[in-house]
Amino acid sequence: MAVNDFRYILTGLIVFVVLVTLPFWARAGKAASLPTPSLDTPAIQALPQKECIEDTEYMRANHMKLLEDWRNQVVRDGNRTYVASNGKVYEMSLEKTCFQCHSNKAEFCDQCHNYLDVQPDCWTCHIEPKGI
Amino acid sequence: MKTSRRNFIKAGGVLLVGLTIWPAVKTFAGGNNDLKIAPGADADKKWGLVIDMKKCWPRYQEGCRQCFAACQKAHNIPAIPNKEEEIKWIWTEPFVNAFPEQENEYITAGIKDKPFIVLCNHCENPPCVRVCPTKATFKRQDGIVMMDYHRCIGCRYCMAACPYGARSFNFCDPRPYIKEPNADFPTREKGVVEKCNFCVERIDRGETPACVAACPGGALIFGDLNDPGSEVRRILAERYTIRRKPELGTHPSVFYLI
Repeated sequence: MAVNDFRYILTGLIVFVVLVTLPFWARAGKAASLPTPSLDTPAIQALPQKECIEDTEYMRANHMKLLEDWRNQVVRDGNRTYVASNGKVYEMSLEKTCFQCHSNKAEFCDQCHNYLDVQPDCWTCHIEPKGI
Repeated sequence: MKTSRRNFIKAGGVLLVGLTIWPAVKTFAGGNNDLKIAPGADADKKWGLVIDMKKCWPRYQEGCRQCFAACQKAHNIPAIPNKEEEIKWIWTEPFVNAFPEQENEYITAGIKDKPFIVLCNHCENPPCVRVCPTKATFKRQDGIVMMDYHRCIGCRYCMAACPYGARSFNFCDPRPYIKEPNADFPTREKGVVEKCNFCVERIDRGETPACVAACPGGALIFGDLNDPGSEVRRILAERYTIRRKPELGTHPSVFYLI
């Protein structure tokens, strides 16, 4: 190997590293926009007090656990009523409870699911709400 | 007190064995959790259906299909034209197929040619539940044999086990074949087995199944087989009824008046 080849190897390496890391350079300093789930549906607007079945912090962190628990209770045990921590009673149903307010899947569910690249397969069976 | 190395190792061994078998001891001593009674499904009830074919036939001949239509609408059942892929929850079979063990070739004139309304029998002793490897098919405390589509892996053992052909497999995505989707009830997806669920969603609300509610002739009578005062029990006590394939010992909860 001639000493002169070293130049070409180094140049090639630098070009390679730059190309591979280009996506990072291209977006350097720009933060990805945060998801903005929309709560603007007619049903929610009409609520006298804008509240979900549990408080927002809890729903944000645990809605998936809650939904799985609902699914098991309804399908396996035939138990269809949910008593919220504030004592209010709801029917454990994606369609009859959740979708009644959150009728905007694209603006509500998909915002975070796309941001986090989470793809729950609910919609192959449960009929997604048809917009606002 | 002095502990020799030998005693120390012995004590360690005993501790290890104890820790290893502790979960098993807890499981066996803790009783059987499988028989935990569900809070919603009434354990003291056993749902059954009596089908009075004499009331059904005249209207059926006139073209009445209201029980089928109600079921189809309530559960998003696709109308797939290809007979090999059709989805059946409630349908008709000729007498010879519905009751193949009734070998009397001189049976009452006309009965052999008549269609019989058939559906899942919600057996007391369901073979489909026994063979399901994922417990997707299970029997509720109130006798309803139903499916958890979240768990079905589409192996179709249940279809092979069901002696009544009451189960259908989704060979394709059913959605394109549903004319008026009912947004309150999920559809199924390609690759799962499905069947009549006796309208658990209605029963849990205190209503009768959709087919029973839709029947204009009162040919379908639904009730609690455990309640001696219920209408189904009164009919069963007063009149002679037959069940499908009793020789198999599955004990169907669907009874026929002919």
